[in-house]
Amino acid sequence: MDIDWAALGQVFGVSLVMTVGLVGLFTLGIVGLGTNSKARGGSFALARVGAYASYALCAAAVAYGIYIIAA
Amino acid sequence: MENITLLIGIVIVTALVFDFTNGFHDTANAMATTISTGALKPKTAVAMSAVLNLVGAFISVEVAATISKGLINEDSGIEPAVIFAGLVGAILWNLLTWLAGLPSSSSHALMGGLLGATIAAVGIGAVSISAVFMKVLIPALVAPLVAGIAAMLATRLTYRISRNTEEGQVAKGYRAGQIASAGLVSLAHGTNDAQKTMGVITLALISGGVLGADADPPLWVIASAGIAIALGTYLGGWRIIRTMGKGLTDIRPAQGFAAQTSSAVTILASSHLGFALSTTQVCSGSIMGCGLGRKGGVVRWSTAGRMVAAWGLTLPAAGLIAAGSALLAVQGDWGVTVVAVVCAAAIAAIWFASRREPVDHTNVNDVEPAEAEDTGVVTAAMQAVSPPPTAAMEEAEKASDTPAKTTVSAP
Repeated sequence: MDIDWAALGQVFGVSLVMTVGLVGLFTLGIVGLGTNSKARGGSFALARVGAYASYALCAAAVAYGIYIIAA
Repeated sequence: MENITLLIGIVIVTALVFDFTNGFHDTANAMATTISTGALKPKTAVAMSAVLNLVGAFISVEVAATISKGLINEDSGIEPAVIFAGLVGAILWNLLTWLAGLPSSSSHALMGGLLGATIAAVGIGAVSISAVFMKVLIPALVAPLVAGIAAMLATRLTYRISRNTEEGQVAKGYRAGQIASAGLVSLAHGTNDAQKTMGVITLALISGGVLGADADPPLWVIASAGIAIALGTYLGGWRIIRTMGKGLTDIRPAQGFAAQTSSAVTILASSHLGFALSTTQVCSGSIMGCGLGRKGGVVRWSTAGRMVAAWGLTLPAAGLIAAGSALLAVQGDWGVTVVAVVCAAAIAAIWFASRREPVDHTNVNDVEPAEAEDTGVVTAAMQAVSPPPTAAMEEAEKASDTPAKTTVSAP
């Protein structure tokens, strides 16, 4: 019986990194847009830009997911 | 010759029924957490999942990989009657686990059914045991672990990042994210599981000589498989949705998002990297993981234990039902007829049993399943799983005298 440890490890690593990364990014986006009422000025704009950038990366990940499914 | 054609017709119909139960059984994977956190209304959720399942069945241009490839040696004389018996085993096991509200892998039920039927009809030599280990047992251990650990860490991280914001304020964002990841799971499910049915139908057509070997599935096969799985999904296996959405742990929007993302990522990574994992086991694992990740979150291990017991039973139970059916079905037309009638009777019996305590879109989130925490996991599993299976399996096995009962009640 051959267990494909390499594929197994890859699945484990990729799943872990991508899940944690995406959830983290998306949370940054939510928090960045959510706290705008408290923060004003430069940090507000920065938070906005950061939040939209996080969302854009998440959207790219979803698009890549669809591409993988379709490929 | 018309004999063979009729039999193949029966196989195709049975395959589509299986496909329907597959959609029905697996709605929970994509939508259970979405429904329980209120991200989508129950009916909206299943409708969205159904549409994406249908789309998923069409978007992949990859040849529908026959599920039996590698597991069963196709040259060893697999007849349509054997495929039919395998499907009967898979359908009945899917319905029994649905009745018990347990998420079990539809793919494993199908594999178990085809394996059991092949062993009964052709012999153990036609089955590759090491392929069974590689494709079923190892992934079954790995899937919940990988998805669960990822979901747990993601839940911890998201609570840490958002610890200074109010939970209600960010919940809307989490729900939106959850819908996106649930959509991906549905799409992937349509692609994977509808293709399995297409593979089985194509295998039946090839084995009956209707299609040449190595033929691609015809368009009507793709369309009917996609529609069957979408209808099943839309009908919704509410019992299983309740177990996954409410029974394993209490899911808040942040957790639902983490769990759903972990499921989507793990499913895509595993199918892309060639280490296929069961969608059901991935999703169950990530739900448990998100339960462990929140401070104060509780995983109901008795429910989890029953679920894992059902996973362990899936292959042998579906296999045994299928083996009994195969012994009958290969006897000829009367055998196939008997199996078909008994199968239909069993389906009707399970449906009537489910009406005694209906679960649908109106009450899916209402009730917490009552758990007797003091009963041991194995006892609980046996209580949950064995009464329906033994009753219905005895019915299914009556004519063939296969001792299914002993195997089922001893996990």
